[in-house]
Amino acid sequence: MSEKTTPDPLATGNNSAPEPAPTQVPGGTTSEAVASDVALDTAGGQMPPSAVPAATQLRGRDHRDGDGSVLHQIFTGNAMVSFLSVLLAIVLGGILMAVTNPKVAVTAGYFFAQPGDLLTEVIRPYTALVQGSIFNWAGADLAAQLYPITETLTVATPLICAGLGVALAFRAGLFNIGAQGQIIFGALFGAYVGFAWHLPIGLHLLVVILAGLVGGAVWGGVVGLLKARTGAHEVIVTIMLNYIANFLLLFLLTTPAFQRKGSTNPISPFLDSTALFPELLGPQFRLHAGFLVAIAATAFVWWLLNRSTVGFEFRAVGANPNAARTAGINVARSTILVMAIAGALAGLAGVAQVSGTEKYLSGGVAASIGFDAITVALLGRSTPWGTFFAGLLFGAFRAGGVAMQAQTQTPIDIVLVIQSLIVLFIAAPPLVRAIFGLNPRKKKTTTSGTAGSHTGGVKSGAAA
Amino acid sequence: MKLELKGITKRFGSLVANDHIDLVVEPGQVHCLLGENGAGKSTLMNVLYGLYDPTEGEILVDGKPVVFKDPGEAMAAGIGMVHQHFMLIPVFSVAENVALGNETTKAAGLLNLEATREKIRRISDQYGFDVDPDAMVEDLPVGVQQRVEIIKALVRDAEVLILDEPTAVLTPQETDELLDIIRQLKRDGKSIVFISHKLREVKAISDTITVIRRGKVVGQADPTASPTELASAMVGRTVSLTLDKAPAKTGEVTFKVRNLTVTDHNGQHVVDDLSFDIAKGEVLAIAGVQGNGQTELTEAILGVQPHVAGSITLDGEELLGKSVKHVLGAGVGFVPEDRTLDGLVGTFTIAENMILDLYDKAPFARGVGMKPGLIAENAAKKVEEFDVRTPSVSAAVGTLSGGNQQKVVLARELSRPLRLFIASQPTRGLDVGSIEFVHKRVIAERDHGTPVMIVSTELDEVLQLADRIAVLYRGRLVGIVPATTSRDVLGLMMAGVPAAEAEANASAHASGVTAAPTVSEPAGHEGETHV
Repeated sequence: MSEKTTPDPLATGNNSAPEPAPTQVPGGTTSEAVASDVALDTAGGQMPPSAVPAATQLRGRDHRDGDGSVLHQIFTGNAMVSFLSVLLAIVLGGILMAVTNPKVAVTAGYFFAQPGDLLTEVIRPYTALVQGSIFNWAGADLAAQLYPITETLTVATPLICAGLGVALAFRAGLFNIGAQGQIIFGALFGAYVGFAWHLPIGLHLLVVILAGLVGGAVWGGVVGLLKARTGAHEVIVTIMLNYIANFLLLFLLTTPAFQRKGSTNPISPFLDSTALFPELLGPQFRLHAGFLVAIAATAFVWWLLNRSTVGFEFRAVGANPNAARTAGINVARSTILVMAIAGALAGLAGVAQVSGTEKYLSGGVAASIGFDAITVALLGRSTPWGTFFAGLLFGAFRAGGVAMQAQTQTPIDIVLVIQSLIVLFIAAPPLVRAIFGLNPRKKKTTTSGTAGSHTGGVKSGAAA
Repeated sequence: MKLELKGITKRFGSLVANDHIDLVVEPGQVHCLLGENGAGKSTLMNVLYGLYDPTEGEILVDGKPVVFKDPGEAMAAGIGMVHQHFMLIPVFSVAENVALGNETTKAAGLLNLEATREKIRRISDQYGFDVDPDAMVEDLPVGVQQRVEIIKALVRDAEVLILDEPTAVLTPQETDELLDIIRQLKRDGKSIVFISHKLREVKAISDTITVIRRGKVVGQADPTASPTELASAMVGRTVSLTLDKAPAKTGEVTFKVRNLTVTDHNGQHVVDDLSFDIAKGEVLAIAGVQGNGQTELTEAILGVQPHVAGSITLDGEELLGKSVKHVLGAGVGFVPEDRTLDGLVGTFTIAENMILDLYDKAPFARGVGMKPGLIAENAAKKVEEFDVRTPSVSAAVGTLSGGNQQKVVLARELSRPLRLFIASQPTRGLDVGSIEFVHKRVIAERDHGTPVMIVSTELDEVLQLADRIAVLYRGRLVGIVPATTSRDVLGLMMAGVPAAEAEANASAHASGVTAAPTVSEPAGHEGETHV
């Protein structure tokens, strides 16, 4: 989805893939256009640095950045790839369900007599998925009919927050695998303030949210600090910090400060009612005000990235740290700051868990949200609103998966498979384009070395 | 072997990169393809080399039509190509690189490198290449690496050799050596296709010149034509190759570098005890072969080099040890040598790149909020002023041609009041038209009274722009000489010969004095700092 509906010069990095229209770019730009074409095709290859528009040089990540009108985005390669990946995954998931379902085997036996039966068997789980995630037309009353969509929004809330954390770091060139640990820290801080402190209504929730933000920011900021000061790789650091956070949580839940009085289970006391997000639609729904916070967070990240000097720095550092440094941007400071903010966003997801859905702290408080968040950010092409809608989609999968299992005995794991397939396809855009016949033309990857040779002059590689 | 291209057309979607190009390369001929960046020269050669399928047209070898599906077939037909960016594996030896893709094996599939070594020695002796088959490619100078590429082609019995911008990475001396090699190859009956936009070389080596502009052959040119004629044919309008500039009106000295030493991570002094001054309203050009400390010098001034000793003062203020932001804020305009690496963020829009170092300053920002409207307005104005060819200021800068990208960098750096302007390789990879424009802007900034420091490995550029020339060799200052110094003397100095000795040597040799720009200035001929 688009971050905005009007083209804007300040917008996030342009799609690097546009074919420069020869009529629009006067003066011998033919080879440049060629270069960008080839760049599309050999992004993973060894294009010489400046032969490719810098866009594609950088770990192939930047060309997911979106810009411009909704239409423009939908029709640019990568938004399309996200959409097609989901579609493809759903189709493949359907096939998988079909071959694993004994009923399908039966209906396939008389396929030619009654082809409809087979299709029905394949479509039934998906129908249940929609019924369980969006609208249950079989529901007895309006509340029952609307219950699925509220579940989707509830489940999506922490996914969106954590996804924003991953996306923001992505945009600054950092691969934040550590959302899991940051969620745990956010939940830890938020929950402690929620059950151990007793503050007036309103203030209490605010302090809980703040505590969660701080918790996540600390755990994320440490990563940024290590990266900026020592050059430690953020992927390794965040993975390890995930373990540490997880086991720290499990340990703390056995200590008197955190463990519920009189319980032998490693769970915390319930949070004060003043520390909980208000229910949005009454007690029969789980949907809570945390969802509004997620919307606000999305808007904030959009503003941060597209309208603030801080976000400008983040994006510049992410897209070309050398140029950022040459332009006087403090790369180290940006790295620390972006990881702290990313951590804070993930911490918000932790708060959504303890103050919204769970209402206490347990070892499984972060479930697999931190890892799903990576997928969500990826699917959302690291744009704030893209992440928001990807979070909603994954929320729907989660909520609908339960109904699917209950109604059609299709294992909920199929949802995981579909999610994984989506990631797989997004990670391999040429594959998706090939499947849908969208590759611009037959290309020869060996052209990488020469096609763009006129665009950039002397290359440092050659002059080494 | 006679090679003919007939009506070659290559389209990429709606884009016509080559439009019905006819070309005949006779045996034993150096055929030069002259054209600006993006004119379609490389596309044409990639078609010939089997990297692209032509949309229309055919290729004839000795009168017979051929189709090359891939470079392997082109090579088998006797066509060799030396790419501008070498296709060598740095950690392999010369012999291994040459054998790659063409390995001869002994029993049990073992590599027979001895056969390859033998071939390399034979070719090396024949043409005086002086290449050791067992040297590691990464240890070789660029010029020698290029010879390895040529050997690769010759080992495969290439009759037609395509050289794509072969001199872009070479020093003047290496360029001369390459031209000698080309002459020898020609004597042996090989055909050479020489792609370049450098008029001097083209004139020196070509038998036939085909000028390509916007994908079309616009005509044949005679090697005896004047450079101005060639340039005009290439660009499609009259261009002036000599820069009209008034003598420098130098003011007081405001920029001083004293005993500047930059140490790299190996403890080597890459800039070694450098001292010089630049006065207001003059251009000091730093000449030297690439990799003699120029990059480190400019980066030390900007404040991105870690281990720097000495002193750098601008208007009396010490810049050493200050942050980049501070240095830029002190009024230093900086054009880095590699615009795509250090000067621009490719995915950012033109508008964003125009404020890359001003993004947090008024009027573009207030507090942490940015002003998109003003930023777009500023960009529109600069695009107009600097004649950046782009459909829109919200286009990604990475989609622009090199010349237009450089204009964006210049527009940004020259858009604020400057107290020092530093430009590294300001016209690298640019075409004639853009070079003319960039040079004019640089001189305009000088005439505005700004001290200007130009770093360039192109002697032509140095001679055109400079009021004084400082020559660097291995991080040391060989000398500062006036802009009237001859090309030969400068060439010797770039190899580390002190100015006085170079002067004596050069005059003893020949009277090859090049017409230099008219500016002259009383300056010490000794290789010492001139204040």
